[in-house]
Amino acid sequence: MIELDAEAVYRSLAARLREEVIGRDVRLVGVHTGGVWLAQRLKADLKVPHEVGILDISFYRDDFSRSGLNPSVKPSSIAFDVEGADIVLVDDVLYTGRTVRAAMNELFDYGRPARIDLAVLIDRGGRELPIAPTAVGRRIEVPEEISVVLSRDDDGRLHLTLEQRRDI
Amino acid sequence: MTSEFGRNPQLNRNGELHHLLSLEGLPRAIIERILATADGFINIAEREVKNVPLLRGRSVFNLFFEHSTRTRTTFEIAARRLSADVFNLDIMRSSTAKGESLLDTINNLTAMQAEMFVVRHATGGAPHLIARHVAPHVHVINAGDGRHAHPTQGLLDMYTIRHYKTDFSQLTVAIVGDVLHSRVARSQIHALTTLGVPEVRVIAPKTLLPTGIERLGVRVFNDMREGLRGVDVVMMLRLQNERMQGALLPSTQEYFKSYGLTPEKLSLAKPDAIVMHPGPMNRGVEIDSAVADGGQAVILPQVTFGIAVRMAVMAMLAGN
Repeated sequence: MIELDAEAVYRSLAARLREEVIGRDVRLVGVHTGGVWLAQRLKADLKVPHEVGILDISFYRDDFSRSGLNPSVKPSSIAFDVEGADIVLVDDVLYTGRTVRAAMNELFDYGRPARIDLAVLIDRGGRELPIAPTAVGRRIEVPEEISVVLSRDDDGRLHLTLEQRRDI
Repeated sequence: MTSEFGRNPQLNRNGELHHLLSLEGLPRAIIERILATADGFINIAEREVKNVPLLRGRSVFNLFFEHSTRTRTTFEIAARRLSADVFNLDIMRSSTAKGESLLDTINNLTAMQAEMFVVRHATGGAPHLIARHVAPHVHVINAGDGRHAHPTQGLLDMYTIRHYKTDFSQLTVAIVGDVLHSRVARSQIHALTTLGVPEVRVIAPKTLLPTGIERLGVRVFNDMREGLRGVDVVMMLRLQNERMQGALLPSTQEYFKSYGLTPEKLSLAKPDAIVMHPGPMNRGVEIDSAVADGGQAVILPQVTFGIAVRMAVMAMLAGN
């Protein structure tokens, strides 16, 4: 198991995103669960006044017929009007792009945003869809059998580990 | 309940829900997961687009061999919100009237690529029979069979109680009325005991109680005032007029006097007790309008929660 310095990667993401959103009135939307932790940190560090939106994309996954319903589905909650909003979608790890696609589909069911940007802590390549992030903490290359896992300890500190995937 | 194969016919080989036929014998973990999944569907009704794409391209057939407007409509809304293709078959007026057998009807519909059947039937056990004969990829949901079971009603009732009361292990719940003819009461009793409610009471005249009801783990009261004392939840049942054969009751007025829920009788329950009813209500027969429209009634939220609970059941079945 390899551990990356998640806090350093996060600082780099926050710095990149800060440049991107200068002068804009953005709303942060985190993808459950890791994306929500990051969005909440970014809200504080970038002084975004609006409440963070939460997306659980379980109902939008394109592998539902193969893998069934996620047993730990949590309700999505977006307290602001998505119609016309300037949105930054936040997720922990960008890989195939399917989660981001599902998240965008769900967002559009709340309304038509004016713009959506994508901020991710880790871009591990391997895209299967034409999706590119706006702000990235760090790009890494890892083999298929490794998964990149974000966790958060009781003090709110972030940890990134590379683990052997159990599903392949 | 176990089938001839010695396992619960509702579960697949991995112990996951494959059909929903009855709450009897359903593991607590599965009931809790259905309720938790329904939480995720509650907010969807407040969005601009009320649908999610989970069942896109799948076919759900509502097979109603017995009249029902509300249940059929809520199943239809639930399936549509999951983006399924929904077909409503009013069987009473079609093939069975021409003499086709139940299983022939099912085989024909399966040949039309049906993947889920929602079945309401006047005969107890009809959904089980269908579930035993469908192809392995087809799911069956019991939407009420005879006097036997109405599992989605039982689940939405549990969702409602959980919404207002949170902790099942602290509750006293009373089920009041025509228990004898009620599939709803049976499903409620199984769900309440499975979820660990320490005291489930049934309140009814002797003529409207099935013999041996105590074996389900309930306390029986014939006096409504005595039975309501200190309860947290009052679950009223509809007086099933259309099922009444012979003289089980003197008159509906007489029934209302003894077993109708009035503000005065409700005052014997805990001050924060909630009042539930599966609908349609007979006002002035089993429930007084002052109670039905009063601050303790959660009868309309039950209907709203019912859609989310039915979405959860359909989504879980389709994914297993």
